[in-house]
Amino acid sequence: MSDQPVELDTAGGDDGGPAEGQEEDRQRPALGRLVIQSVIEGNSLVVTTLAIVSAIVVGGLLIAFTDPVVLHAWGNFTSSPGNAIAQAWDSASGAYVAMFEGSIINPHSVAQVFQQKSLSVAFSDGAVSAVFNPLSETCVNATPLILAGLSVAIAFRAGLFNIGAQSQFIGGAMVCTWLGFGVSLPPVIHVVVCVIGAFVGGAVIGWIPGVLKAATGAHEVIVTIMLNYVLAYFLSWILGTSLMQRPGRTDLISPVIAGDAHLPLLLGSHLRVNASFLVALACAVGVWWLMERSTLGFEFRSVGANPSAARTAGMSVTRTWIVVFLIAGGLAGLASAAVVQGTDFTLTFQSYGTYGIDAITVALLGRARPLGVVLAALLFGALHAGGILMQAVTSTPLTITEVIQAIVVLFVAAPPLIRAMYRLHKATAGPAGQFLSKGWNG
Amino acid sequence: MKLELRGITKRYGSLVANDGIDLTVAPGQIHALLGENGAGKTTLMNVLYGLTQPDEGEIVIDGRPVKLNSPKDAINAGIGMVHQHFMLVPVFTVAENVTLGNERVRAFGLLDRRRMRREVSALSERYGLRVHPDARVEDLPVGVQQRVEIIKALVREAGVLILDEPTSVLTPGETEELFTIMRQLREGGRSIIFISHKLKEVQAIADTITVIRRGRVVGQRPATASDAELAELMVGRSVVLQVAKAPAAPGEVVLDVRDLTVEHLHGQFSTERVSLEVRAGEILGIAGVQGNGQTELCEALMGLRPVLAGSVRLGSRDITHAPPGERIRAGLGYIPEDRQEDGTVGDFSVADNMILDVYNQAPYAKGISLRLDAIRKVAGARVEQFDVRTSSIETPVSTLSGGNQQKVILAREIGRDLVLLVASQPTRGLDVGSIEFVHRRIIEQRDAGVAVLLVSAELDEIYALADRIAVMYSGRITGIRPPTVPVEELGLLMSGGLTDSDGAAPAPGEET
Repeated sequence: MSDQPVELDTAGGDDGGPAEGQEEDRQRPALGRLVIQSVIEGNSLVVTTLAIVSAIVVGGLLIAFTDPVVLHAWGNFTSSPGNAIAQAWDSASGAYVAMFEGSIINPHSVAQVFQQKSLSVAFSDGAVSAVFNPLSETCVNATPLILAGLSVAIAFRAGLFNIGAQSQFIGGAMVCTWLGFGVSLPPVIHVVVCVIGAFVGGAVIGWIPGVLKAATGAHEVIVTIMLNYVLAYFLSWILGTSLMQRPGRTDLISPVIAGDAHLPLLLGSHLRVNASFLVALACAVGVWWLMERSTLGFEFRSVGANPSAARTAGMSVTRTWIVVFLIAGGLAGLASAAVVQGTDFTLTFQSYGTYGIDAITVALLGRARPLGVVLAALLFGALHAGGILMQAVTSTPLTITEVIQAIVVLFVAAPPLIRAMYRLHKATAGPAGQFLSKGWNG
Repeated sequence: MKLELRGITKRYGSLVANDGIDLTVAPGQIHALLGENGAGKTTLMNVLYGLTQPDEGEIVIDGRPVKLNSPKDAINAGIGMVHQHFMLVPVFTVAENVTLGNERVRAFGLLDRRRMRREVSALSERYGLRVHPDARVEDLPVGVQQRVEIIKALVREAGVLILDEPTSVLTPGETEELFTIMRQLREGGRSIIFISHKLKEVQAIADTITVIRRGRVVGQRPATASDAELAELMVGRSVVLQVAKAPAAPGEVVLDVRDLTVEHLHGQFSTERVSLEVRAGEILGIAGVQGNGQTELCEALMGLRPVLAGSVRLGSRDITHAPPGERIRAGLGYIPEDRQEDGTVGDFSVADNMILDVYNQAPYAKGISLRLDAIRKVAGARVEQFDVRTSSIETPVSTLSGGNQQKVILAREIGRDLVLLVASQPTRGLDVGSIEFVHRRIIEQRDAGVAVLLVSAELDEIYALADRIAVMYSGRITGIRPPTVPVEELGLLMSGGLTDSDGAAPAPGEET
């Protein structure tokens, strides 16, 4: 619809422009004013940042007030209020420090390096690796989220809701795993074939909602959600058959994939970070190029922003839906390669975890832009990697990181809430809000 | 009843929609409010009808300041409004619609239907409205539905009646009838505020004309003021009302439509057995009241709507079932009726909108890669050439005014080599200055040898541009005439009162 509520036009039909009267205002303002304006008007970047900060604060409160020690101290609040507050602070800050140490860098391991006799010793006994371990874990956790997040983001840009990253992940994982253990190929080729297989497997599953929407108008949200169930149960079934079950096992697990199908490690054998991280970053660049610099992306964006104008301009909306879902499915399939070939080397009936749902979160938080998706995925990867150490050190449950993720999304999806909390003026709905308000009737 | 607006100011953010507007409507006066779209007419009327509250200023009725916080207050104060889009319940009768929200009740809460009917009949009689109280609204023609709206206001004892662009949905004949009714209402002592951007109508009916531009009253003139004077007041500079045009030099047939029948939607109008041809270097104007199949015809020509029967040929090529992209590449240009829905992608930049239907052709693309430098270069040149008022080519097109959005579409469509240009309501909602510009460009295309199919509900536009005039009514072509045809005859063709079905009919296959 049009831009500003200038003529509150009950009579409709009037599309006259307020723009001419504003011409003077639209001259480019100075940079400083621009920054201030963007803070005041609460543009998406500001809102996103504030949402993350708010979520961390709320998460801190949660950590503090689920801690029995803190609760006990607050029970005696009237007698020693200082102690109560100090306990709460210690609990929250302790948890967050552990989280930081588990995801970015741990000062203790840095100190360890300097206690070695020489740098070469430090390298050889793994002290240096230990320094980089938190970052490596963050990247490992972020990789499937980047790929699945790109999958959801690319669909968002084309006006489609891909809730089915999970099913596409499973589709990719089955093909990838089977190629990993069932086929023997030369070393490098085996890796590549498995990765391509993951992409194809995901793309095939992605193609289903695309073609159903194009041919019958079936809503992709319903179809993708249902496919998630179909694929999850199919996975459980096939892992129990001789096709994919590991010989000699009764539980639902596949054979281990061949060693030459493993993705190469990037920083030595002590760190899990592997080539899939680079693949994910390359995909992010690729998606950026596709969306911003190619005719195909131009079609995707046109169809997403205004399908009837796209159709009038000679684009095939239905074909675009199918192609978008093929690519989105393929990207979600690649996420499974990162897990199967990068870290797990096998497939269980739970391998898909919560990647599909987290991908939606990542795409929303990243405002459906590749760079945003990478940053959001790294944030969530860090939360997860740090959460494991936090749980070990402070007995704060790992689920608190999921609560923080959920709160981030809650705040991001409701920009007016953030604006109200921080008294930012004027509602300029961010892209996330636009997706939400536009896409469902698609 | 005397109505005064004193210093009404209404701001939306930094934009001042109404800036200190003073207006006095004397009893028994038809007061025209003339201004372009976006000038602030509608905002002012919304203030007057209690739909929005002014930031400054007051409304005075018969010397007494009133505060209107809702339409209910406005109705109680004696202000009635006939909206551009009617607020009627289609399945109710006229009497039921009139009393809706104002029900007369007898004992035990029973509706007093007899009294309802009596009131409608009495008003209808008194003002020559000719509306039957028991007719169902959905069966009535648009012009009569409008009269139902007027009765609704009169029943509520409106002393001042606001008519918001009332003629935009009417045929010339219906417009005449409306004017007669308005005069009778004036005789009865009621005041009318007549909102319009059409100079001729305002001159024909108004006692006093107040011109609004950019939220300010820029002048008040008697009805005897000249076209040029009023247009200049409206736009703020002198404009050419009639674009100069040389006689057409028609060449060979470019568009040949035979017996085209288009899918029915909602069981309502679509096109049935439409046959017409457009030659290179001529403008075929399609006149008709909106909603008589023109939209469907254009969409079928663009391949946006399935064709049930008949054929469409572009030059020597049969394009009856070709997809839109193929037609575009074959040299078909299209200015859609709804520029925001079908013509532009609002979130996209001006530059992207300039290449919306040629994005995959050289020089804008090489393989599947977009060539941004070429796009920017062309967009910059077109912005210059078509005088698109935008701060940059990266500005989202939705922030442009309607006229400038239309210029972007025009620039895009006629920027490539066309064989046929289909222009549907190309100047709807545009200001006088932009209309002049669009008209000149369309004639330029004709003179360059392009076949032009122009659909317009504005007869002035048809007369100004068309070399031949086809009239559509109820999905059919009721006649094709030279541009010298008198307006009365067009009016008859537009209302179905006259058809060529037995003679010079363009449709060779007659229906049985």
